[in-house]
Amino acid sequence: MALTTYVEAIRQGIWEEMEKDERVFVLGEDVGIYGGAFKVTAGMLEKFGEWRIIDTPISESAIVGAAIGAALMGMRPIAEMQFADFISCAFDQITNFAAKCRYRWGAGVPIVIRGPSGGGVHGGPFHSQNPEMHYVHTPGLKVVCPATAYDAKGLIKAAIRDPDPVIYFEHKFLYRRVKEELPSEDFVVPIGKAAVRRNGSDISVMTYGAMLYLALDAAKELEMEGIDLEVVDLRSLLPFDKETVLESVKKTNKVILLHEDTRIGGFAGELAAIIADEAFEYLDGPIRRITAPDTPVPYSPPLEEFFLPKVSDIVRVARELYAY
Amino acid sequence: METKVIMPQMGESIFEGTITKWLKKKGEKVERDEPLFEISTDKIDSEIPAPASGVVEDILVKEGQTVQINTVVAVIGDGGSKPAEAKTESKPEVKTSSTEGKPGIKEGPAPVAGPVPGPEPKEEEKEEEGEHEDAGGHDGTRSSPLVRRIAKEHGIDLSALAGKGTGLNGRITKRDVLSYIEQGASQQKRPAAAQPAKPAAPAPPAAPPAPAVPQMKFSGDVERVAMSPMRKLIAEHMVNSRRTAAHVTTFFEADCSRIMQHREKNRAEFERAGVKLTVTSYFVQAAANALKRFPIVNSSLEGDTIVYKRPINIGIAVNLDWGLIVPVIKNVDEKNLQGIAHALNDIGERARNKKLSTDDVKDGTFTITNPGQFGGLIGTPIINQPQVAIMGMGGIKKRAVVIDDAIAIRPMIMLSLSFDHRVIDGAVADQFMADIQKQLENWNV
Repeated sequence: MALTTYVEAIRQGIWEEMEKDERVFVLGEDVGIYGGAFKVTAGMLEKFGEWRIIDTPISESAIVGAAIGAALMGMRPIAEMQFADFISCAFDQITNFAAKCRYRWGAGVPIVIRGPSGGGVHGGPFHSQNPEMHYVHTPGLKVVCPATAYDAKGLIKAAIRDPDPVIYFEHKFLYRRVKEELPSEDFVVPIGKAAVRRNGSDISVMTYGAMLYLALDAAKELEMEGIDLEVVDLRSLLPFDKETVLESVKKTNKVILLHEDTRIGGFAGELAAIIADEAFEYLDGPIRRITAPDTPVPYSPPLEEFFLPKVSDIVRVARELYAY
Repeated sequence: METKVIMPQMGESIFEGTITKWLKKKGEKVERDEPLFEISTDKIDSEIPAPASGVVEDILVKEGQTVQINTVVAVIGDGGSKPAEAKTESKPEVKTSSTEGKPGIKEGPAPVAGPVPGPEPKEEEKEEEGEHEDAGGHDGTRSSPLVRRIAKEHGIDLSALAGKGTGLNGRITKRDVLSYIEQGASQQKRPAAAQPAKPAAPAPPAAPPAPAVPQMKFSGDVERVAMSPMRKLIAEHMVNSRRTAAHVTTFFEADCSRIMQHREKNRAEFERAGVKLTVTSYFVQAAANALKRFPIVNSSLEGDTIVYKRPINIGIAVNLDWGLIVPVIKNVDEKNLQGIAHALNDIGERARNKKLSTDDVKDGTFTITNPGQFGGLIGTPIINQPQVAIMGMGGIKKRAVVIDDAIAIRPMIMLSLSFDHRVIDGAVADQFMADIQKQLENWNV
């Protein structure tokens, strides 16, 4: 059977949900005639028409605001941010409005905001960021970060069907680099569930998004030295799968927290606190973080390479931790 | 309001204590500062007062149980709330994890294993390593929370693994403690397995040789009682001292006429001051004076170094129903006879009432013990480490002695001095004892 890419998996997920539920529609910059900057919505205008695939002006605030209004009127909008970096323009709509409607009036806002995020594509400071933590810090939202084609499809479907606002960060480095065979029948990946991608006994690496593949590559390299990594793909950050995280810590007793986002206020910090709090007596070494440094994403390719966590970083920290 | 009662730390080097007796039952009322339980630690036995008034809502540690300091042993509440539940920690389940949606990584991220063009993150590395060096532990027992928990669950003293850690900078790792437990378990199993199961089955002749000293056991009716922590400690200290010091004991005799006269004369006056003048007081003062003149007897041996101690702190062995304790009178040379008598009264009483503090039993420089208490002629005491000498006092008894070729009746005492021949030679020991003898026999009445 044919292999489906990550980007195609997202497209399929949206397509299938639109076929199934006429309340679902897409709005965003260049999503119609152009088919989206990354071709996620390619062919959709022809299939679903201009009422359901809506090209908008360059105003993220307006896109999200309109989506919220439609959602309150019973629709299921999918708002595309051309790059996740520009989601900040809609910050107020998302955090002060969408996130709080259910708390204030009991009115759920079933919107999905898609944001192509992440670096590694020499996109510079405005086209490479990982802005997930602003939203992880906002109660009322859900935040997912799929790393595989299967999860990309399963999570976009779960997000569309979810009764509350879901921020869907799709990693643009993975769009055409990861692919796999997908089941032909309908499936969803539940929001809030992690997946153990590799079972191991010595050190747990907790990660999400594109960093998953670095962790798996590092595990392969370390395997030859007899260091057995367990790799946990969080998949959802809000809510996140605490149970799986703690279970893994209790099994291996050593933890590396890995993400592409910068360090201070990153998800690793929160995880570290929870692990220290709830599994302290299971730790056989310090909780280690591997993250980008606290700077904007550099434009220069060598600098960007330096900025992003690398397989060699994981290998080095894992060796230290193993010896600890 | 709930107040948690914790196992107190009774001195700097004390890490655990045994609850020997609960003085209040669950549900009983207790006033603040009223004795709540009795404990026994490496150094002292003591009564612990309640930290608050209320009702004993829960007792979490049973009598005879040993727990680490700061462990919650009881909860005092206002009587209204439910008893606190002892926390039970759920065991980690090892679940086979889902591998759902495992990706085919045909086109993973571009390899970045090649030479890194950017500068190496040297500073960050250094910083992180620095943190590790400071993390926790001491004495070769640096370990993680996990290791300490495993050790606790298996009742292992991590000091057994001191210096044997295979982790970074000698840390004790999970692997170390687990393999230690495994070894212990297999060692316990081995002798049992080596024993022939039944006399009928002939054992193979090539059995490994048994350990050198077979333990002889009495075959009749017995009662088995676990040693108290105090008993165990006394045992350890005694054997350790015998192993450490080159014990030699010298014996002297002293005429106690003058000190007895002095005592008769001054007893009432002392009593008016609230002090019971005991015979021991004279010996303590005489010993202090002699120690000043023979500082080597007030010393210790640390490796190749003789440590002369400036203060003269004399420990007095006090026999108790439940063992033996040696409270110390500090700076005896600065006290007069009344001061010494008073200090003796005080420590004796506090020892019997379990009111001694850790400070009361440490830093002794010389010890006096009293083997004559029950009529014994004299004894050969074991040195109280790290001191180098201990004086024994026999019983005072009237004897016929020859003075200036006449037979006289005198209250006589036998004295012994066990000394560490590594540091003190016989001549010095005898001069020291002769000094004491002379003081006692010439006491200014």
